[in-house]
Amino acid sequence: MRRSTVIFIAALAVFVAVITVMAGAGMISTSFVKTLGMTLCLCLAAVAMDLVWGYAGILSLGHMAFFALGGYMIGMWLMYARTEAIVIEALSGQPLPATPEEIRQGIGNQIFGVIGTSDIPWVWGFAHSLPLQLLLVVLVPGVLAGLFAWLAFRSRVTGVYLSILTQAGTLALALHLFQNDSGLRGNNGLSGLQNLPGVSASQDATSLWLFWASALALAAGYLLAAWVVGGKFGSVIRAIRDDEQRVRFLGYPVEGFKLFVFTLTAVIAAIAGALYYPQAGIINPAEMMPIASIYLAVWVAIGGRGRLYGAVIGAAVVSLLSSWFTGGRAPSIPLGFYTIDWVDWWQVLLGLVFVLVTLLAPRGIGGLFK
Amino acid sequence: MSALLEVRGISVSFDGFRAINNLSFAIGAAELRAVIGPNGAGKTTFMDIVTGKTRPDSGDVIFGDPPRSLLRMTEAQIARAGVGRKFQRPTVFEDQTVGANLMMALRAPRNPFAVLRFRATDGHHARVVELAAEVGLADHLHRIAGELSHGQKQWLEIGMLLAQEPRLLLVDEPAAGMTLAEREHTTTLLTRLAQTRAVVVVEHDMEFVRRLDCRVTVLHEGAVLAEGSLDHVTADRQVIDVYLGRG
Ligand SMILES: Nc1ncnc2c1ncn2[C@@H]1O[C@H](COP(=O)(O)OP(=O)(O)O)[C@@H](O)[C@H]1O
Ligand SMILES: [Mg+2]
Repeated sequence: MRRSTVIFIAALAVFVAVITVMAGAGMISTSFVKTLGMTLCLCLAAVAMDLVWGYAGILSLGHMAFFALGGYMIGMWLMYARTEAIVIEALSGQPLPATPEEIRQGIGNQIFGVIGTSDIPWVWGFAHSLPLQLLLVVLVPGVLAGLFAWLAFRSRVTGVYLSILTQAGTLALALHLFQNDSGLRGNNGLSGLQNLPGVSASQDATSLWLFWASALALAAGYLLAAWVVGGKFGSVIRAIRDDEQRVRFLGYPVEGFKLFVFTLTAVIAAIAGALYYPQAGIINPAEMMPIASIYLAVWVAIGGRGRLYGAVIGAAVVSLLSSWFTGGRAPSIPLGFYTIDWVDWWQVLLGLVFVLVTLLAPRGIGGLFK
Repeated sequence: MSALLEVRGISVSFDGFRAINNLSFAIGAAELRAVIGPNGAGKTTFMDIVTGKTRPDSGDVIFGDPPRSLLRMTEAQIARAGVGRKFQRPTVFEDQTVGANLMMALRAPRNPFAVLRFRATDGHHARVVELAAEVGLADHLHRIAGELSHGQKQWLEIGMLLAQEPRLLLVDEPAAGMTLAEREHTTTLLTRLAQTRAVVVVEHDMEFVRRLDCRVTVLHEGAVLAEGSLDHVTADRQVIDVYLGRG
């Protein structure tokens, strides 16, 4: 194993231990634990982005759509199972036990009342079952990514054209989900996801569980990515990034490699999303608008692409700073004639940093460690 | 003579311009062949067609034993069938080591899952060392390929081709930009290679072609103008007119 991998895993373990102790001692709030857990999920998405862009050279500007899809898939179960429990509870006061039809009716009313219907759409067909819905966390983004990759790479769409295509696909998916008849509650999205069905433990406890799960997923994702890029496979995808035609003349089926990496990273992003949204508590289609995927690329660029720890550093630093600046906690700077309010100016600052990093340190923050 | 590669009457046009015009060409299983011709004669395009990069408008390309048409195969399939190609400009993977470049080229299953599971054995490592020695890069195995000199990159690329163990090797202008000593080394490499496989060398430089001491095919305006020994073709009236006579 590479030294940087060992250092990363050790640092992550120490971080998790410190946060756990601090949370246990009441030194940090539950909401901060959630923020950190969510940040770990974003780091995992950044690892996926680095694999597909930094190593394989495919600038996907749509990987946050897979992230959000993963969130939707787990969110459906969370919302359904919890609503089911509430409905059963509410109906239990009746003299006659509730029929399955009544329960279904109640669930439909509760979940889809906001969009003016009580019918449960077919896409919720598996929502009653955690194992099935977990399978969909992997399958839905995986199949979608595989299909997209097959069509795009087979026609040899590369470079900026591919990036534009991923943005178009992402936008189309987001716009579809904004519609009420998408079956996923339109712009309302899914909510109440922080409540784990059948779990009576407090949010203090569950937020720590999800934080641990996120750390575990990041560690596993990082190790998987390090293994993938460490051997000959890593050699081949970096070669594809640098000169794919030459790799074809070496006899490697370039499209197959790209499809594999694109799909694998989509699945990793989806798993990250499936852990993120129970901590966020809510998901709606705005989360998968194209800008989110562009941010992901910016994090990886700032952190340093082609280095897994660079991606993690970029995602962690920039996303935490971003929530600090946009959360209204950053002090405004009065200039007399004008006051710099960071909620508005953070994006300008980020854009400036992005340009500076691109110009002055093309290897990003991670590149400074070498 | 049974040919390893047989190109039958291929033509290709780019926007109405006939870059290759009813070209036929054949080479045996262990033969060295020089292809010469003025700039724009279609030498590179010819290689593009054989390696699957460009599809001809008509004609056929037959390769191997049993003979198969290469026209319906992808670049990667053609490469796996045993056609190796060296580009005009040296193309090695600059941010990887010499050893990694050679390891990637080494003959082994090429599909993503096999590559993912691939673990280099002592045998693989030994072969990489052997190849590096063969092309004169034994002391540079751990260097990043981007740091090599121009000539060394050319040899690394030849080493990678050797690692592929192709039955037909297409080499585009190997001597361009090389020093005299580097050219000599390259000549030796190519002649040795041709003892066990077919090698087609496209070259501009007559001195270099003379040193290769092999049969020569002269290309002009996308078709074969003359073929034979270097002395034979350089005595050819047409060849003198279109090629040697200029300049
Ligand atoms: N992809 C292409 N599109 C248009 N014209 C091309 C293309 N490739 C080659 N040509 C033209 O075909 C002719 C032959 O080119 P090429 O095979 O590169 O010649 P050579 O290698 O013998 O110098 C040239 O006139 C060149 O401009
Ligand atoms: Mg040429």
